[in-house]
Amino acid sequence: MVDNLIIPLIKIAIVLNATLVAVTYMVLLERKVIAWAQSRLGPMRVGPYGILQPVADAVKLMIKEDITPVRADKWVFTAAPIISMVPALIVYAVIPFGPEVSLFGRRVTLYVTDVNVGLLYIVSVASIGVYGLILAGYASNSKYPLLASLRASAQLISYEVAVTLTLVSVIMVAGSLSMVSIVRAQEAKHVWFAFVQPVAFVIFFIGGLAETNRAPFDLPEAEQELTGGFHTEYSGMRFALFFLAEYANMIVVSSVATTLFFGGWLRPFPNVAALSFLGFIPSWTWFLIKSFVFLYIFIWVRATLPRYRYDQLMRLGWKVLIPLAIVNLIVTGIVKVLLT
Amino acid sequence: MGQSIAFYTLAAFILGFAVLVVSTKDTVHSVLFLVLDFLFVAALYVLLGAPFLAAIQILVYAGGIVVLYLFVVMLVNLKRPPEAHQDPHRQTKFGLGLAVAMLVELGMIGWSTYASPARPAFVAPLAAMPVSGNTEEVGWLLYTSYLIPFEIASMLLLVAMIGAILLAKREL
Repeated sequence: MVDNLIIPLIKIAIVLNATLVAVTYMVLLERKVIAWAQSRLGPMRVGPYGILQPVADAVKLMIKEDITPVRADKWVFTAAPIISMVPALIVYAVIPFGPEVSLFGRRVTLYVTDVNVGLLYIVSVASIGVYGLILAGYASNSKYPLLASLRASAQLISYEVAVTLTLVSVIMVAGSLSMVSIVRAQEAKHVWFAFVQPVAFVIFFIGGLAETNRAPFDLPEAEQELTGGFHTEYSGMRFALFFLAEYANMIVVSSVATTLFFGGWLRPFPNVAALSFLGFIPSWTWFLIKSFVFLYIFIWVRATLPRYRYDQLMRLGWKVLIPLAIVNLIVTGIVKVLLT
Repeated sequence: MGQSIAFYTLAAFILGFAVLVVSTKDTVHSVLFLVLDFLFVAALYVLLGAPFLAAIQILVYAGGIVVLYLFVVMLVNLKRPPEAHQDPHRQTKFGLGLAVAMLVELGMIGWSTYASPARPAFVAPLAAMPVSGNTEEVGWLLYTSYLIPFEIASMLLLVAMIGAILLAKREL
């Protein structure tokens, strides 16, 4: 009873709440980092150094008027933000934040579940998220959101191919689809997979930027052309759901990159005995540090690079990244056969 | 007991959404019901202890193919109200006949499995599996017992791909 029901429920509650808090603070972090990059201060008014800004934002968004356009498709209009948010949250079920630890005399795993098809689960759940974008644009019954949603979904589908192909080459090296086994494989092989599969990692990260609609691939939200993107007609909390889903997806991409390519919860050089004094740091701290670095890079890239043009984006996806990912896959297969 | 309850609930949802797919007036809504239907079918696979198939079902059908359906419907549909006149190509009698034949066939299959619940003869004998885990077992079966059907299916996909390229690109 306790092991099958109560502990998983507690874990789910912790993961969901931690994610939502992290997502709101990501917004603050992004505003701060971009402000510093541009020699500004960023939010400073609410709380010391603007630390309570997310709370103020949340209150503002909740009490704003909720508008549904008259000619909108009401049911779909209501469902679209939910469809975008839910997949971004349930992905966390299979992300391993740490190994088994003992807590209050019990063995507790620091992940909600470890399914045999973990990575496939992430990919398939993420592929449901695209409906949120398409339906938001369609249901708004307005031309800019429709154009933006077509762009967003075309972009997402194209880059999903390249990203999934890189995942396949990681799976070939690790020999498993389970997220926990992939981390264990990195421990056993004494190397982070970013050094075994550097090409796959670069493609994965670029694809991740494109799939989360982040700069320099944020064409679905190009303000100059589309007035704001697929969520133009949304207001209040519904808009907030789209906004939070984008940040939740960023955290997903960072966590997956950490798990697949940077050893998840493992400390740096887990097999070097001279570094074992680092053992006092709990394993999940390493996971959080590594994910945070990725999130910072997301923001850093946005503050640095200008936006791509749409045809450049599509050309990069189909003519560079996908062929490269396929070649990488074939080379991985050949090397694997030669080594065994 | 719990499994039967879960199965009948899922089956009811699947059939309900399937009816909604064909009875809804708005084409986009009907595509959305199709997605829901696929998700519940995936849940059925999970119930059967086949998480790999469930994930593939969502990834390929719900996440891939239906998105393309939705694209086509959204671009073609353009909110035109359905025209009132009778479709001259509608073959009511023929359709009814087919439906009845199908029902009889299903009933016969159901009755024969109910009367003698033996394994059908056409299933290839399973090779002893040296692997464990759902994904590994599916892979093992595909590359041992079902190698030829698997290769034929992949040839079919290849032909479809070449055909699509030929159709899209008139001059190569």
